[in-house]
Amino acid sequence: MKAARKLSPLHRYAAYPYVVWAAAFVVAPLLFVLYYAFTDRSGSVSLTNFSRMFNGDTLKVFAISLAFAFIATLICLFIAYPLAYAIVKTKKKTQNMLIMMFMLPMWMNFVLRTYALSFLLEDKGLLNRFFDTVGVGHVRLIYTSGAVIFGMVYNFLPYMLLPIYSVMAKMDKSLIEASEDLGCNKFRTLINVIFPLSLPGVVSGITMVFVPSVSTFYISQQLGPTDFVLIGDVIESEIKTTGGVYNYGSAISFVLMLLIFACIAVMNKFSDEESEGGVIV
Amino acid sequence: MAKRVFSFIAMAALMSALCFSLLSCGREEVNFEPTSETASIDYTPYAGVTINVYNWGEYISDGSEGSVDINKAFTKLTGISVNYTNFTDNEDMYSKLKSGGMSYDIIIPSDYMVERLIKEGMVQKLDFANIPNYKHIDDSYKDLYFDPENEYSVPYNVGMIGLIYNTDLLSYTPDSWEALRDPNYSNQILMFNNPRDAFAIAQIALGIDVNTENPEEWEEAQDWLKRQKAYVKAYVMDEVFNKMESGSAAMAPYYAGDFLSMYQNNEDLAFVYPKEGTNIFVDSICIPASSKHKSAAELYINFLLDPNVALENAETICYASPNKEVVSNPRYEEFLAELHPDAKAILYPSFNEIYPDKDADDYFFHNLSPASLDKLSALWSELKITSVEDSGSLTIYILAAVAVAALLAVVIFIKIRKEKRNA
Amino acid sequence: MKITGKVYMGVIFTLLYAPILVIMVFSFNSSNSMAVMNGVSLRWYKELFTNEKAIDALVNSLILAVTSAVISTVIGTAAAVGIYHIKNKRVKSAVMSVTNIPMMNPDIVTGVSIMLLFAFVATLFGLGIFGFFTLLVAHITFNLPYVILCVMPKLKQMDKNLPEAALDLGCTPLQAFFKVEFFELIPGIATGLLMAFTLSLDDFVISYFVAGESFQTLPIYIYAMTKRRVLPDMNALFTVIFAVIFILLLARNFMTKDIVPKKAKEV
Repeated sequence: MKAARKLSPLHRYAAYPYVVWAAAFVVAPLLFVLYYAFTDRSGSVSLTNFSRMFNGDTLKVFAISLAFAFIATLICLFIAYPLAYAIVKTKKKTQNMLIMMFMLPMWMNFVLRTYALSFLLEDKGLLNRFFDTVGVGHVRLIYTSGAVIFGMVYNFLPYMLLPIYSVMAKMDKSLIEASEDLGCNKFRTLINVIFPLSLPGVVSGITMVFVPSVSTFYISQQLGPTDFVLIGDVIESEIKTTGGVYNYGSAISFVLMLLIFACIAVMNKFSDEESEGGVIV
Repeated sequence: MAKRVFSFIAMAALMSALCFSLLSCGREEVNFEPTSETASIDYTPYAGVTINVYNWGEYISDGSEGSVDINKAFTKLTGISVNYTNFTDNEDMYSKLKSGGMSYDIIIPSDYMVERLIKEGMVQKLDFANIPNYKHIDDSYKDLYFDPENEYSVPYNVGMIGLIYNTDLLSYTPDSWEALRDPNYSNQILMFNNPRDAFAIAQIALGIDVNTENPEEWEEAQDWLKRQKAYVKAYVMDEVFNKMESGSAAMAPYYAGDFLSMYQNNEDLAFVYPKEGTNIFVDSICIPASSKHKSAAELYINFLLDPNVALENAETICYASPNKEVVSNPRYEEFLAELHPDAKAILYPSFNEIYPDKDADDYFFHNLSPASLDKLSALWSELKITSVEDSGSLTIYILAAVAVAALLAVVIFIKIRKEKRNA
Repeated sequence: MKITGKVYMGVIFTLLYAPILVIMVFSFNSSNSMAVMNGVSLRWYKELFTNEKAIDALVNSLILAVTSAVISTVIGTAAAVGIYHIKNKRVKSAVMSVTNIPMMNPDIVTGVSIMLLFAFVATLFGLGIFGFFTLLVAHITFNLPYVILCVMPKLKQMDKNLPEAALDLGCTPLQAFFKVEFFELIPGIATGLLMAFTLSLDDFVISYFVAGESFQTLPIYIYAMTKRRVLPDMNALFTVIFAVIFILLLARNFMTKDIVPKKAKEV
């Protein structure tokens, strides 16, 4: 039947440039991270970085980062899921328009968006002036941990919305119709049919919000209180302000990377199909 | 498909055309000429060279709001392009310089940092034949302690740190650094976001030498700062401008020249030199050892020292200038008088008049020993992470996260059980 | 039920756009206050357009985005084709895992790792190498997985008989590729190109670590500005960027609308 046709040279060698590139710029850098993580200042192999990490406040910072990322992700999920559902229920024509409008802030520059938030939340900023006129009085909004969560949710909400919406939009409508024909009301349909089918999108969305939330450093710098340090901040200050001593920063990055990979592995248990990028396109 | 791509490209082209046309009508030429002496130097050997200048933020007249763009004027005169970037504090600059990723031609560190750079061989000796305008520098700013033979640096700006406060928000007139720990103004106080300046305030408030080598004294200062942290709204450097001008904060320690800049935008602000003393600083221009364009850099220094240029600079950034021609210029006198009733006293105070029983020499920063530098760095990092008492909410968050994790674990468990049943 | 849906959408929409609208309104403020509107003027737009650093940063960002998008699309498409045809399952999944790494890794780890590589190279050669080149390399590196992931599905959906038919009809393998396979892949390539362009334009964290001082991209410029005294020309910049993106997205929306009915008519 189909003879074992020899691959054309084009097909055989097409991936080589990429493989070389990836080896040089994806694998090698990670090896450098490993190298710096497991050596100390003078270059000899040692575990001082790790002992420093586990004996100091850095573990606390890890915990805080994970906690805040969790909370932000959950809030994003709770906001985006009904939103995606509401959008999918509208006419096809308006759907495109609506999705575009909700995605538009995502295309705006991340730094600018966060900075814009800080103006809104400032003590003499607009929200507080509004509260003053309404009579609620002065509310301390900026430089609180709540502001950081708000910043995370505000920035990453579109990343949660898009995958969920994509999956919902491609869902086989006949399944939903069947469920309703069999006697389920809208709510039960939602829980028993729509939600399980949308799980790949949910998992994708969670990943796309959780990973940046854990590792952000700008949001906490701009909006967080004075004692608020996320793991991204620690890495940034260890790498950028220590005059070339990258060891501790690399060690933290390494641990962060392992943590993220572990979380993603756990979340992939929920997604039955291989991720083929279907929810991105 | 092709049509789609084509329309997209057409749209993008239209956008860019619009942008560029708007750009060209926005350019205005500001009239400015340096003195004839500076202008008469032959710059032709250096045309086309680009120098990298690394300076503090808000520290040069850069063309914003109608001021003269000094870098642009320099390029216009000499043909040397300037790649101008900012650092936020001395330690930041030192890290960048040390890591070697970038070759700078001009840096403008503070006194103690110049001392350190000289000691570590990171700056070059200057060829003063290329800097004839050096003669305009006031003698009292030459041969200072950090560069005793004045071979490596040229003074750029001088000043002292003081306490800026908003008379509208503050119910009293502060006169002590302890005001920065006033619980009544909790969350309306800003603080320096760099280790040396922050610790200095604590040390001066406690009466400790700002250049102490005693680790216990450093820890005492850190303790002062830790107890202050609960009242601090944010640790800032140049962000202080917006915050004080908009009234978001009631007090901040900062540099005298910057206060006058802020005063131009908000006349409710006032300035005081607290009674315990204050840091005096001299920021100087140096050329790093790794610079590849030494002569071009020296010409830049010469340009900055030109009386007309220095005058424009002094009037824009409002710092005290070590340039004789600036201080004696009647136009500058007028400018100071209009700027603020006490401008002259703020910028050019006599240290001994304000602090008759203190020795000015004690209030300059000196470079510290490596052991103390490490100690300071460690204490500063620790201070930044220190929790403020109000971490109750944090515990709640962590508990919430743990609960969520537990929930997740349960769901996973159920799912795995379901899969086992189906298999 | 429907009304709740609409109300909900409206609320979220308002919350999402409130900061943006505020900034846009205040960009027309005649004073530099961010809380009180003192009057309307175009003062900050003029200031923005004379701000050479901002314009430079914008142009730099665009150049970088276009270059990295094009290069990563070329390498990525070739990669997708090559990977798709790998026979050995182990090798294939290994390569796909490596591809997934930059996507799964937080930006900060990717940025730090690439920076470490370059810092090491810099110490070997004693160069000041951080600049356009390092940025380009970093951007291509994080764009590649997305391009591959956009093109792969199209490869999988493609009818395998077509290229074989082309070969049977006498095309050389190269011709077969370009006339048949490539054509099928174009939608995926276009999406990949657009995605790479967008990611590159908006990237802040990775650029922050690998950039040098000579080549500043827009996000880094804005970051540096927020550390200093901020003039409201930032608001003007924000508004301009928003307007451009809005118009581009609108245009794209209308163009898609055109094509769909046309195709329906043809069939």
